[in-house]
Amino acid sequence: MTERYDIYMAGVGGQGIGLLSEALARAADKAGLPVRGCDTHGLAQRGGVVTSHLRLGRAAHSPLVSPGGADLVVALERHEALRAARDYLKEGGVLVWYDAVFQPLEVRLGKAAEVGAAEVEEECGRKGARAVLVLREDLPDPRMQNVALLSALAELGLPPGLRREHLKAALEDLMEGAALERNLSVLEP
Amino acid sequence: MKELGKALLSEEPFSEIVIGDTAVARALVEARVRVISSYPGSPTPEIAEALAAIPKGERPFYFEFSVNEKVALELAFGAAINGHASAVFFKSVGLNVAADSFVQLSLMDIPGGLVVILGDDPGANSSQNEQDNRHYARLAYLPLLEPATAQEAYEMTLEASRLARERRTAVILRLTTHVCHAKEKVAFGAYRPEPLDRTPRFDPAASNYIPIAATVFPLKRRALERLEAFRGDFEASPLNRILPGGDPRRGVIAAGTARLSLLDALEELPPERRPAVLELATVHPLPRRLVARFLAGLAEAKILEELDPLLEEEIKALAYDEGLATKILGKADPEELLGGYLPAKVRAILAAAWPDLGLAPPASALAARAAEAAAGAATGTAAAAARAPRGRESVPARPPQLCPGCGHRSAFHAVRKALREGDITVADIGCHTLGHLPPYKMGTVLLSMGHSTSTASGLSLFNDSRRVLCFIGDSTFFHAGMPGIVNAVYNSHNVTLVVMENGTTAMTGHQDHPGAGRNWSGEAPKIGIREALAGLGVAKVREVDAYRQAELEAAVREALAEPGFKVVIARHPCMLKLGREARRKPGYVPRRVAVDQGACARIHACVSVFACPSFQLGRDGSVAVSRELCVGDGSCRQVCPAGAILPPAVEAPGPGGRGDEAGEAARGGAKGGKP
Repeated sequence: MTERYDIYMAGVGGQGIGLLSEALARAADKAGLPVRGCDTHGLAQRGGVVTSHLRLGRAAHSPLVSPGGADLVVALERHEALRAARDYLKEGGVLVWYDAVFQPLEVRLGKAAEVGAAEVEEECGRKGARAVLVLREDLPDPRMQNVALLSALAELGLPPGLRREHLKAALEDLMEGAALERNLSVLEP
Repeated sequence: MKELGKALLSEEPFSEIVIGDTAVARALVEARVRVISSYPGSPTPEIAEALAAIPKGERPFYFEFSVNEKVALELAFGAAINGHASAVFFKSVGLNVAADSFVQLSLMDIPGGLVVILGDDPGANSSQNEQDNRHYARLAYLPLLEPATAQEAYEMTLEASRLARERRTAVILRLTTHVCHAKEKVAFGAYRPEPLDRTPRFDPAASNYIPIAATVFPLKRRALERLEAFRGDFEASPLNRILPGGDPRRGVIAAGTARLSLLDALEELPPERRPAVLELATVHPLPRRLVARFLAGLAEAKILEELDPLLEEEIKALAYDEGLATKILGKADPEELLGGYLPAKVRAILAAAWPDLGLAPPASALAARAAEAAAGAATGTAAAAARAPRGRESVPARPPQLCPGCGHRSAFHAVRKALREGDITVADIGCHTLGHLPPYKMGTVLLSMGHSTSTASGLSLFNDSRRVLCFIGDSTFFHAGMPGIVNAVYNSHNVTLVVMENGTTAMTGHQDHPGAGRNWSGEAPKIGIREALAGLGVAKVREVDAYRQAELEAAVREALAEPGFKVVIARHPCMLKLGREARRKPGYVPRRVAVDQGACARIHACVSVFACPSFQLGRDGSVAVSRELCVGDGSCRQVCPAGAILPPAVEAPGPGGRGDEAGEAARGGAKGGKP
């Protein structure tokens, strides 16, 4: 593991970015990696963009990832995947995204075109970055797309040093009972 | 974390990944603070959320959400002069509300000690300004500590409480948004519970508590002496740290989260090029000898502080007084007074101050204007639009908006119909402030909590042609709304007030308020807004469920036609809160509306006039309902001229469906969902 590994997450209020980020942070801690981060709270809860910053490694001091500095971008929605990849993904980084669509206001007002999935790929292409699209047909609930992304990260071996067992232990920290069972079933490969 | 409540009461030391606000909550427990009060406001309500995780009956403190920040501060003060360790917390601008009493605190002898915890908001992430409350520390002659991390937030809460008790005064703990919400693994100490001492120790014979005219001076003298004593404490405080540098000519004095951004930048420099760093946590009063010692011998020192140049001015004066030759590099550009000192911004500031440091160029073209981008990109506003990248011009902005089913949306829809071109609408603070955004554009001027009726009253003077209507939320009504209403009644202003009553303090996370029938501890007297208005002398109050749009429109129309001050209560419970509660109940079945594609005339009233986010516009102009967003409230059905919105129903399994094929593919991501 390098001395710093920056992760930027984005989605829309209500998609479960908080759990995604909290699980990753705890998993990193369980993997023995120094971790710090910061979520956006407050106004963003009302249907706006929700973002979360996570930084692993000894050389990360601020909890905030710099624009253009993320080794890994995780996005829960297509427009936010494009926005996050453009603004935060570093050259040669990795984008892991779930292709859900929640139209932003301008699209609903007919003032802007909906972002196409190809645009996300193209953006990553321009940055020499890898784009990994996640789609799961088997989710018991769309609100578990966040855990589907965690499962995909485990599959990819990202962030480096973090394994599925760490994510599993993190989820066990955060929930219990039937909810835990459901989420663990999504986490499994 | 499953068992936060238990952890917060743990008597053994432990480590846990928490946000700064949670770390503060644990510190308040460890410090055996007995009375804690607040008014909800970002970035601090999570302190109360953490405290609420401790089960009732096991809470070693009294907590309340007071009706506003001034009341909260006075409550904590009253408890503290009775000998109880106390704390109050609220957001940055809350201090303006509390200021009348706050500025008196240094004149008082406060045996219990009072910690005033402020959630400042550089970057205006969720506030109407980014005011720098360090000014208030100077104004009020009170000491101020400023942590940069969750760990420090914990440690400095403990220290603030200790100092406040020891010196029988108030101590300010200034948090900022990215300290409150930053998370990391925090190492907590032991908690030693002690039985509560209920003795009311208030003793007006031991100290004067009535500062009037000449009696102010001995009290002020004591305040100034105490401040100097704090300065003495701070000269040797371990909260301030010096990091030796490799370059003997240069130093940086940094405070708050700017320190972290600085450390990030220094990671990229070889040791011999690194300036020495003074990390300052005791921001006021400035430990002058410590700073002078740090500066001595340096050719140049850069000051890194968010917002206003307070340290800069004081350190420049200090260098002059001490006859130091060190060149103090302060804010070089007005832009340096704006926004948070995020890593990219600090790096740019350092690179501008000392080009020969050789800080690597920003990681991307965008990072060069990280200051704007970090704030602007998220909301997709000016900064994001200003740059001209490859690919599409800009990603469509996603501003915050009213939730699906929100009663405010129905209210805006109805009020808009009752208004004439040119009428003036005044916003207040709360979820309904979002009405100023397109497509509603309702409530077009905003000052502060509770301002709306009085600002509207002023707008009504000499104004016979443009009717004035203002809004206020229910929590804000109790917070600061009533004086403006009394004034409008008393001075007969021609204003129509619409109270947007949703039964909760929604925007900050659904805290109860005096109209809710509950307080933080449980059942409470319910203070009805209608009754309160009648008591305040409002002659005409109309009350309509906001979902009854036609009735509401008629009520507002009538009110606008009458002279004098009139109130319409547009009530509907917060649907986000109601929906969450409903989903937790067993047997909950989601319902949704649907668009009858045969009947849809593509008028788009639903998607672009009513603008519930559940409606998604297909590329062919068809409209579909989002499976994830629709809450099945059906408030939209009234707005469709073609009657094409079907009543809320339990949906058959299968894709939500959009008319066009492209749309169908676009929805692919959500296909896995089954109701």
